[in-house]
Amino acid sequence: MVKEIEREGLPVVHVATVVPISLTVGANRIVPAIAIPHPLGNPKLDEDDEKNERREIIERALQALTTEVEDQRVFEKLEV
Amino acid sequence: MAKIKIVHYLNQFFGQQGGEDKANLPPQKKKGAVGPGTALAGELKDYVDIKATIICGDGFANEKKEQAASQIREYLIELEPDLILAGPAFNAGRYGMACGMVAEIAADLDMPAVVGIYPENPGYEMFSQYGYFIETGDSAASMREALPDIADFIKLYLKREGKPGSPEEANYLPRGIRKNTFADERGAKRAVKMLMAKIKGADYDSEYPMPTFDRVEPAPAIEDLSQAKIALVTSGGIVPNGNPDRIESSSASKYGKYKIADFADLTEDSHETAHGGYDPVFANEDADCVLPVDVLRDLEEEGRIGKLHEYYYSTVGNGTSVANAKVFAREIAQKLLSEGVQAVILTST
Repeated sequence: MVKEIEREGLPVVHVATVVPISLTVGANRIVPAIAIPHPLGNPKLDEDDEKNERREIIERALQALTTEVEDQRVFEKLEV
Repeated sequence: MAKIKIVHYLNQFFGQQGGEDKANLPPQKKKGAVGPGTALAGELKDYVDIKATIICGDGFANEKKEQAASQIREYLIELEPDLILAGPAFNAGRYGMACGMVAEIAADLDMPAVVGIYPENPGYEMFSQYGYFIETGDSAASMREALPDIADFIKLYLKREGKPGSPEEANYLPRGIRKNTFADERGAKRAVKMLMAKIKGADYDSEYPMPTFDRVEPAPAIEDLSQAKIALVTSGGIVPNGNPDRIESSSASKYGKYKIADFADLTEDSHETAHGGYDPVFANEDADCVLPVDVLRDLEEEGRIGKLHEYYYSTVGNGTSVANAKVFAREIAQKLLSEGVQAVILTST
């Protein structure tokens, strides 16, 4: 799905837990997520910390969307 | 002929440990055959002995890969099987990846591996070189056809003493491995025959098929986030409570478009997941953990992003065919473009 949307010229960032699958399907901008049943959540944390962790992932996703890429790239960490 | 010793790998479901609630089960071994292994052992009773079954939760195998791999490796070293069998995984993505990982470990230990799998399963493409992947249907409904095919391959493998022949001869999926063989005719003659066939428009089999890389050029980056309209799309099956479009829990035939303009936060009173391929407890409690509306709403208020698009698009990526997913995504892309969206965050479980 990532690829077909990007084919139309829209940049897509794929937030996915199983990064090898995302690489195989051909996503160009990839942000690793937390876990399969809660990619952007972490039930081990309290609500505030969980939201902060989710925000960190989204910050990385936004960084990916504002970064030019030539090839597939996994955005592991937020760069400042 | 003496019977060979097989170790069978299954996920938590086919290993009869439970459903998604047991997806985090670490690898464990059981004596003898379990589930589909019992049926296979029956088909192959004069040929093989399923000595043990290794069972691991699909979540564990994918999220704690190193830990799962090292435990499975230890089991295989201890059990010393003549052959490892994994699956069939059909089109279950996480299960297919786990079976592929088992094949890779087996290859490293010089043990042959046989995996039942649907060709679109990413586990096949990623791990095809490590074992013999036998084509199955896309869901467990095809178990009855899959097992005899796997059994037939193992019989052939034994009859030919570990050299089953080419994928076409032995009915397994291509491994992407080239082997030297002797042909009846010299190369020049074969090439001219192919060329003649090509000119005539007749069928011919290339001896060196070109790999197909379906890659899409990365779209240009967003220059100014504070002016951009960003949309959320998910394959994690987040839907308004009650699943109004009745998106199927697996092998989805449709996607949904839902308004989020009025939501600052998704809660258990508003949204849930229709996805049948992962433990839904967390997503049902707080769908933001799959579709992060709350955080994007904050970023919108802070002016970091221009706007969160007022609709999101959702489907269930669970055994859903690539063909269906392509159609959904093309339609979604057209709609997003006409709705003035500039970038997409797509979340997958």
